[in-house]
This record gives sequence, structure tokens and C-alpha cells, in this order.
Amino acid sequence: MSAPPTAQPQSPLLSVRGLVKHFPIRRGALQRAVGAVRAVDGVDLDVFAGECVALVGESGSGKTTLGRSIARLVEPDSGTVRFDGEDLLALRGAALRRKRREIQVVFQDPWSSLNPRLRVREAVREPIAVHRLAPRAEQRARVGELLHLVGLSPEIATRYPHELSGGQRQRVGIARALATGPRLVIADEPVSALDVSIRAQIVNLLAELQARLGLAMLFIAHDLALVEQLADRIAVMYLGKIVELGPCAEVLARPQHPYTVSLLESVPVPDPGHRPRAVLAGEPPSPAAPPSGCRFHPRCPIARPRCATDGPSLLPVGAGLAACHYAGELLPDWKHSGAAGVESGRIGPVSGPDDDYRPHLEGR
Amino acid sequence: MAQVSGAGLTPVAAQPAGAVGPRAAPERQPLLTVDRLSIAFPSGDGWAEVVRGASLSVGAGEVVGLVGESGSGKTMTALAVLRLVPEPGRITGGSVKLHGRGDAAGVELLSLPERELRHVRGGAIGMVFQEPAAALDPVFTVGYQLVETIRAHRSTSRAAARKRAEELLALVAVPEPRRRLDAYPHQLSGGQRQRVMIALALAAEPRLLLADEPTTALDVTLQAQVLELLLSLRDRLNLGILLVTHDLAVVAATCDRVTVMYCGEVVEEAATTTLFAAPAHPYTRGLLAAVPRLGHPAPRGKLPTIPGQVPDPRLRPHGCAFNPRCAFVMPVCRERHPPLYRLANGATARCFLHDPEVRIVERVDEARDVPASLSVEGTPTP
Repeated sequence: MSAPPTAQPQSPLLSVRGLVKHFPIRRGALQRAVGAVRAVDGVDLDVFAGECVALVGESGSGKTTLGRSIARLVEPDSGTVRFDGEDLLALRGAALRRKRREIQVVFQDPWSSLNPRLRVREAVREPIAVHRLAPRAEQRARVGELLHLVGLSPEIATRYPHELSGGQRQRVGIARALATGPRLVIADEPVSALDVSIRAQIVNLLAELQARLGLAMLFIAHDLALVEQLADRIAVMYLGKIVELGPCAEVLARPQHPYTVSLLESVPVPDPGHRPRAVLAGEPPSPAAPPSGCRFHPRCPIARPRCATDGPSLLPVGAGLAACHYAGELLPDWKHSGAAGVESGRIGPVSGPDDDYRPHLEGR
Repeated sequence: MAQVSGAGLTPVAAQPAGAVGPRAAPERQPLLTVDRLSIAFPSGDGWAEVVRGASLSVGAGEVVGLVGESGSGKTMTALAVLRLVPEPGRITGGSVKLHGRGDAAGVELLSLPERELRHVRGGAIGMVFQEPAAALDPVFTVGYQLVETIRAHRSTSRAAARKRAEELLALVAVPEPRRRLDAYPHQLSGGQRQRVMIALALAAEPRLLLADEPTTALDVTLQAQVLELLLSLRDRLNLGILLVTHDLAVVAATCDRVTVMYCGEVVEEAATTTLFAAPAHPYTRGLLAAVPRLGHPAPRGKLPTIPGQVPDPRLRPHGCAFNPRCAFVMPVCRERHPPLYRLANGATARCFLHDPEVRIVERVDEARDVPASLSVEGTPTP
């Protein structure tokens, strides 16, 4: 796998410090700002060359806004974003365009992210032409290479998006993102809109491309089982802040923050006899009015009086970082019960939910 | 008519409380039987079958998963139960029967007059959809919508209906139910809206709930809450639930039985534990393998996949619809359409691997490595 995150010898490719993005809430005839949705509220995050960092959290956690702020699709209010040592937020005009080549985005919905009136060839050629990456005569050949790279057959080039399946469209979206030769790809829920049997294909493609091209990837997702397939490190967000950050396997096996624990426990597992537990009562509060102190304290199973007043900082715990005064105190259910889901076997005796049954269907 | 809505309004307490819970009872009262249902949409100069001879059943107190990907026909099948197939689609054949208590013959919903069918919709059969924001009327309060629904199915005073509405909100665990009655849908959070949708579906005390992707739009922590709610309602009200979903993890967590559809057809039906332990159709097997499991990652980039694309139901491959993507495809699969085979473990699967004669002709076991659960012999069902 990859090098441990805490002891990276080289400097990070992407370095985010104190990033804040608030969206004003406007009311009344004068549209005066009466408050703000604190979508991203002070985030520090590094991504090293060639590594995949997953950004996980529920809706409203700010993970998408953070991704878009880094790509400067939205303008952050404050903080710095350094890419390869250069301050992205200070760049303007041609210099910004040049840097933008190196940061590309793959969007969630392949139905709305492609121009319905452009053939696939044009859609993939567009970024090459805009950034003047190849003379016109060579652009077509470059499009062919890109389509091949993402596993599409050459005859796809003359089709329109509506003639493609969801999986094919997402491959076109990935080819477009790779057209400028980026060093960092921000993939915002790239498989959530796809059919289950197609998701695995795209996840494998992303993993393969990342390894082959040495890409750094910021993988924004809510599905922890998918994240486990791709990520070297995980950053867990809750209401605009990172609450836990660490190596993927470590965070999943030994979560330190109670929110990470409850996220993990809520994940439905495709095993009858294992029932997801609704550990958290209620819903995330509105990011327009985050709770005082630790933002998770109203839903936290181990909250104490201190948590309501004193907001914890992200500090080293175990192999990563966690923002919790009582980090590591809440243990996941499986730590108590031994095997996952045994005590909750409501469908009756099943043939061991965790025995080594792993079907394999190798294509071709 | 009397059998349909009359029995549906019987209070829950009238259900005899047996020593064993509804899940342990081997023979459930049938509640809904769908038999060889076909649905077609106009396509070019003809009709394309988007659902082809689909059969399934739901018993009282039973949760049945209807699983499939886009174009599988799962949502159309559920809509056809209440004759809500959108224009210009047509139900071209089959039968949908709703059974009252001790009424084995049942009422044929496909030929029921529209006027009587209206009492079944939202009456004996409640509905929950994926997007609660679209199903709730934004200009009326939650209380108004609940009261109107209750009074549409039962003659009762406004005050009594309002009391009942408050009880329903309490039943689906909406906090401060009395205050919430005066809230408009936009004042509620996503999870609360989905709870209100479920309360609306339960307003006329249905015996069957059709739930189409009820948790897909929700975050995981809320999804777990709503699934728990549906199961507790099943236990308390002895509801039958048809849960339409693409998510096998949701099926594993909630369903007693599963019906798997692919390209408009039922390809496998089994008890949930059987299906997950021994999937009998290569498609089911592939789907289960393609879902990543937390704690059991595949080597990077090596998640098992099903090659190819989900087919357009209008361009159904010849023979078995799954043959272009199947890892175990045999010549016969490209020529003949497989029937459903009944297996010894009670499952049915639409796959020639379970045909004893095909196995001899194609030399299935000797020629290649067919996994154990796919090599069980079965008998064709009529």
C-alpha cells in the first residue's frame, strides 16, 4: 500500500490550511444576509502525490464543498490551498488556467455532467483544445488514446451521451478529466448514480488509472465499503469539520471518534443475520446553526458536560488524528461481541454470517 | 370490495397473538400474489415487454425484497400492483390478487373497477416512495394531509382523525407529534419527511406496504433508523411489505424472502438466507460478489465485476437475457429461453445450469469449474 501519512518525507502535492466556505442565507426584500451555512469551517488536509484520500461524511458534512473549493469551482472565504507549493487562491487568469489543468474533477451524475449536444469525441477533445495541449491534427489521435485508456471502444467516439449507458457515460467523464494530464483528480461520488453491477467496473478502473498514471485522488464518498477498496487514507467530516483522519485500514478497524464508530455501525452489510444498528438518534443539525462546543455532542453516545462548551481540536491519537476529548472510548459493537452481528441474528440460525463464503465470478 | 377494504380496517389487536412470531410461522397467510404479470410499452412500430411473466407473493407479516438494476422492471411490477403503470405502458397479461384474511381466492386487482381500486390504493395497500419531498404536498400541513387521508378511507370526525394523525406520527417515532401536525413538509428534515410518508401510508391501516427504494435518498445513519422502523411496524401491525430496492445490503438486513429481476424477468426467488448462502443464478452470484464488503476488501482494482452493460429491455438478448454477461454461458443459453427451475432448497432459478438434461448434453461439471450452488439440479416449473 502507501507510505504512512504522518511520516511523509516529501512535501504534499496539495495542502489545505484553515479553509472556510460559508454560504450566506438571505431573507426579505433586500436579500440581507441573516446567517450563514457553515459548509466548510476550518479544514486542514494534505494529499501526497500518488495517494488516494477519501473524504467521507453524510449530506451536509461539507465534503462536496471542500472538493469544489480545492478545484476553485466555488471561491473559499478564507484559508489557503497550496498545490505543488503554489498558492492556488492567489492565482488569476492564465496562471490559474495552467494550474487547473493539473486538478480535474469527475462528477457524480454522468447524465448531467456531459453536454447532450456534443458527441463523445468532441466532449473529450474539448479540454485538449481549450488548454491547447496538442495541435489540431493530433487531437483526434489523443482522444482515441484516452477512450482506450478508460476501456471504451473507438466506435463510441461518434455517439451522443443519450446513446450511452450510465457506465459508459461515467467512463467518458473520466476520459475528459484525464485529457489535460492532471496530477490530482477530485472524484465526487463517481459511482453513486450507477447500477450495482457497473459500480465495481468503475471502481476498478479508477484504482487502475490511479496506479498507472501515478495520480493523486481525492475520493468523495459516503459508502465506506467502496472507500475501503480505493483509499490510502480517510478523512471523516461532520458539519464542516474533519473529525477523524488516518490510514484507511486503521480508521476502519480502530475508529477513534464516536461519529466514525456510528457511521461504521450503520453501514448495511450484505449478510443476512447482520443488522445495521441505528446507533445515532436524530439527524445531523443544520450547518446554519451548528451546536456549541463539539458539533457532534447532541448526538454523541459518550458526550459529557465538557463537550457542550469546549470544542476539541484534531490531535494525534493512535495512528491518525481525531477531534474528540474522549477519543477511542466508544468501541464498535463488534469489539464487544466478537463476531459481527451474531447476537442480533434475527433471522434465526444462519450458516455463519462471516464464514469464508466469497463468491467469485471472474469475467471473461 | 368488502373483502378488500373491510378486512384492512380491522384493528391490529384482532390478530391472534400466537406463541411464535410471524417470522417463525412456516405457512403465512397469502396477502398478495402476482402471477405471470407482463407489462409492455410502445416501441417503434410494436410493443416492447418491460416486464415478462413475473410472479411473486407476499404473506402477512412478511418482508419480500424485489431486487434489480435499472431496466429490470422492479418498479413497474410494484406500480402494476395498483394499476399505476404510467402511460403509454400497458399491463398485457397476468394477474394480481389481494387476499383478505382466510380468503385464498383473493380479489383480482387487474379487473377491479377504478372506483373500488381507489379504496385499495392507500387503503388496504399503502405506498412509500423514494423521494418524500415529491410525494408530500408542500402547501398543506402534515396534519392536514394525514387527516384528509384518514377521512378519505374512513368516516370519522375531524377531531378524531386529528387524534389518530397524532398517534400515527408517534407510531413512526416523529418527535413532538402534536407540534409536528402543524408543520409544513419543508420545515421537516429528510428523515422526518420519510417518516411522515410512512405515517401517511399507514393512515388507513393497510395490510400491505409497497415501499420503492424508501431509504435510497437517505444517509446511512438515517437509513438504519428507517429500516428499523419498517421492521418494527411489520412486527407490531403484522404488515406485509414489498420492498423494491437495488441494494443487497438492505435486503440482507430486512427481507425474509427475495425475488431477483433482470431485464424484465424474475431470474431467482429464494429465502434471504438461502439466496445469500447459495445464490442459484449466475447474475445473483455476480451481484453479490460485486458489492464490496466492509472489512473484506478485494485487492486494489480487483473487485469482482459483471462484464458488459445492463441491457435495454427493448433489446433483450436472444435466449437467456443474461447470456452475454454470464461467466458460465453454454451454447444452449444463446438459443433457448430458460424456464424457472425449482431446486431442492426451495429456491427457484431461471438458469439451464439447473437442468439435468442440459447438464448431460453440455457436460457442465466435467468441462469447467461450476461452483457448488450453481450445480444443484432442479426441475422446471410449469
